[in-house]
Amino acid sequence: MKIGVLASQGAFAEHISILEQLDVEAVPVRLPEELRGVDGLVIPGGETTTISRLMSAYNLVNEISSRAKEGMPMFGTCTGMILMAREVAGNGVELLGLMNMIVKRNAFGRQRESFEVELSIPVLGKEPFPGVFIRAPIIEHFDGGVEILARLDDSTCVAARQKNLLAVAFHPELTTDLRFHHYFLDIMTGNC
Amino acid sequence: METGTWKVKAGLAQMLKGGVIMDVVTPEHAKIAEESGACAVMALERVPADIRADGGVARMADPTVIEAIMKTVSIPVMAKCRIGHFVEARALEALGVDYIDESEVLTPADESHHVWKHDFKVPFVCGCRDLGEALRRVGEGAAMIRTKGEAGTGNIVEAVRHIRAVMDNIRKLMNTPEEELMTQAKELGAPFELVVEVHKIGKLPVVNFAAGGVATPADAALMMQLGAEGVFVGSGIFKSSNPEVRARAIVKATTNYQDPAIIAEVSKNLGDAMTGLDIKQIPSEELMAQRGW
Repeated sequence: MKIGVLASQGAFAEHISILEQLDVEAVPVRLPEELRGVDGLVIPGGETTTISRLMSAYNLVNEISSRAKEGMPMFGTCTGMILMAREVAGNGVELLGLMNMIVKRNAFGRQRESFEVELSIPVLGKEPFPGVFIRAPIIEHFDGGVEILARLDDSTCVAARQKNLLAVAFHPELTTDLRFHHYFLDIMTGNC
Repeated sequence: METGTWKVKAGLAQMLKGGVIMDVVTPEHAKIAEESGACAVMALERVPADIRADGGVARMADPTVIEAIMKTVSIPVMAKCRIGHFVEARALEALGVDYIDESEVLTPADESHHVWKHDFKVPFVCGCRDLGEALRRVGEGAAMIRTKGEAGTGNIVEAVRHIRAVMDNIRKLMNTPEEELMTQAKELGAPFELVVEVHKIGKLPVVNFAAGGVATPADAALMMQLGAEGVFVGSGIFKSSNPEVRARAIVKATTNYQDPAIIAEVSKNLGDAMTGLDIKQIPSEELMAQRGW
């Protein structure tokens, strides 16, 4: 099993390091040909506009979308979640448009409003998960097929799954808790 | 729910990695930078080349300029305060900028002390010329480091000197036996605990970008190959003849820094780069990199 990590920009090295800790081969993906040998794809946190522009420039948008529609598992964190959404409220970046949800960027405000909070995520077990929210988005609206995996105390949706697609508004790659990546591997192997 | 933690401050810099942070002086510049793929912008009144040309005291930008730029783009907006000027820093924090650059490009307010950065909710980036300087700034609370280079020159030579110095210091520390680490801390003038951390993890404890002299896509890729995790481009974009094309090219070269064919391709037809300065022609008291310690 080989997992690609989109490496146009952002915290891709952190994802690769966590996947390697879980004994999975992880490779950076910057160009379409690098996508061909991978069984799954992670889109890391980074700057949404930057990553979207670079994906368009190197023809990755169509390649990734068609692979995902054929069933390739994908895991997006923060920027990854934005790019995987069908629609982003009030902003014109090019999206992959894979998940049936509308996402709002920078939903909590600017950097001084970035925060850490413990999240209850039933699919990961009882132990709370460390949520690191950096200029984070939220899921404003979702439709059929999207299952919400985590909410904040005020019931704001911050993690979701739609079949082979997993998206979270925060950054598991900045923590030492490997459970979300493990959960993604379970999706890849059909264990959940 | 806790804001302003070390994790979210250092974490934002991790999100900027592999990207290009561009100096902008107007909302129009900021829009061009964002459209070209900048991962953040630095809001300024004047780019370093103009600060150098104008002389006099360079201070924090007018908040009107900074706010106009913040309203225009969705990417993070950084702004500069003078070294040691904690009141300018508090003002920038109150404006809600996403990162504060305590910068040698502005005229220092304090020649002995930098800002105590741990007390701020907003993260700081600071310049360095070697590992000791980098770790002193991290010790004061900088959540991101950039090598200084020599801003406003369009000449990469000082940036190369500084990133090589940092990486060379790190490689040496990795091979230093534990009983010699205290002596290393003394010689570097760096906090002992941070010296031990670098020895263990083989890199700086925070993200490190390169700055000061990047003018071409190849310059940016050179910095990345030498170990920088991203680049700041100051005067290099908006002092060139075709900023939009050059900005896009530098972004692509930074992502694909290991691919010579892509660097060759994006370097075509960029128009004129900014006019460069020979560092040896600059009087030593006008060098910006030596500001701060």
